[in-house]
Amino acid sequence: MSKFTENVVSEITKDYIKKLLEKGTRLDGRTADEYRKIEVQRNFIPRADGSALVKIGKTQVLVGVKVEKGPPFPDTPNLGILATNAELVPLASPTFEPGPPGEEAIELARVVDRGIREGKVIDLEKLVIKENELVWVVFADIHVLDYDGNLFDASSLATMIALLNTKVPAKRNDLGEDFNLPINHIAVANTFVKIGDNIVVDPNLDEENIATARITVSTTEDGKVHAIQKGLEGSFTYEEILNTIDSAKRIGKDIRENIISGVD
Amino acid sequence: MENSNIREIVLPGDMVDLQGNKPGTGIYMEDGKAYSEILGVKTVRSGYVNIIPLTGRYHPQKGDKVIGKVIDVLPSNWVLDINAPYLAPLHVNETSWKIDFGDTGKFLNIGDTVLAKIMSVNEVKQVWLTMKEQGLRKLEGGHIISVSPTKVPRIIGKEGSMIKMLKETTNTKIYIGQNGVIWIDGETDNILKVVGAIRMIEREAHTIGLTDRIKEYLNKS
Repeated sequence: MSKFTENVVSEITKDYIKKLLEKGTRLDGRTADEYRKIEVQRNFIPRADGSALVKIGKTQVLVGVKVEKGPPFPDTPNLGILATNAELVPLASPTFEPGPPGEEAIELARVVDRGIREGKVIDLEKLVIKENELVWVVFADIHVLDYDGNLFDASSLATMIALLNTKVPAKRNDLGEDFNLPINHIAVANTFVKIGDNIVVDPNLDEENIATARITVSTTEDGKVHAIQKGLEGSFTYEEILNTIDSAKRIGKDIRENIISGVD
Repeated sequence: MENSNIREIVLPGDMVDLQGNKPGTGIYMEDGKAYSEILGVKTVRSGYVNIIPLTGRYHPQKGDKVIGKVIDVLPSNWVLDINAPYLAPLHVNETSWKIDFGDTGKFLNIGDTVLAKIMSVNEVKQVWLTMKEQGLRKLEGGHIISVSPTKVPRIIGKEGSMIKMLKETTNTKIYIGQNGVIWIDGETDNILKVVGAIRMIEREAHTIGLTDRIKEYLNKS
């Protein structure tokens, strides 16, 4: 009895989800391009330099940011450093095991990191203390607390919000006054999955389990696409990818306006 | 209690007034007084006071009909998840099919859903299932949802009144497993309606006059 029951999707559920999608609706009554309810709590960890708790439906992700000084990478002596790490703790799902990060956790951290890095979200040039010798290193640690699908979007959103309220602890390090982490852009990641011939945004766990292909599109407020990650063995057509990019721009704008810069 | 709209809720260790009845499930005696073992609702039925748990996993009992999901196929067994603390095996001899050794996968495969009966439960709560009875079968089509097993009696209603009403007003087929898994088949819109009603029963299971409110809900939409 080695199998996990959570890994087995019931055939009935699979057929039902497909049937509902053909009628234009989903298990929880959403339309194809509708997100679950997003809740945000800023500065959730008082002792971190920046943090945020994000809930998308029942998925829950906590991100803590730590800023420390350290030597720059030899190939980028005049840039600060961003390091993203993700952990899938057993608390979040019966299928997560303790131990070093696995494939899933590494992919999650990389997708979040890519969206933020390629979107030039943090002004890394302003994080140099002394060129070639000392820069600020920003550690963003993603902790998944509850897994009900779509970790990519929840983690990206939580990381973005945590960075937005991060203070660089200069005073603690005898380097002058604390200052807000310099942010240039606001990146939002939107994940779509393909079920049958339908494409839906923000998949929940059941939808994620039966999806044949997944694509995560990361955009910034100027309408530019900075990162795309495709997952699973299925394929998208050229039109489908263009459509997801259009949707990502539209939904990303909505999330930026209503969630990120919304009420504190 | 008669006047209140809510049934009496007791906490573990709360003293329970037996009112001349015998102690039933969920109650322990100390110094001649009755106390609740669990967080639940006090009910009096045929001379016994029982505490019905508010929440909790399914505790298998012999004779219960349950809906299970096949999660593994072995040469002479299927392993089913029946929402209980342990997985439950179903042996090929306990089905009405004639199966050659190793051919189990031809009849039921991983992800299939089955209506089965609990044949036996031993002292450590290990379960054996059977499908050797009329009406027990593989379920196909429709939709399955899970509710807390403690809410199952409420969804069935007094002498099946609630479930009968759900079936008749929405023209659907419904099977309720004692383990809290419910299978609904019919038109998609009607399935959605039944799911809505069941979620409402789940939320308001401890209140009185629920049947009327569900009736209202079904007729409205």
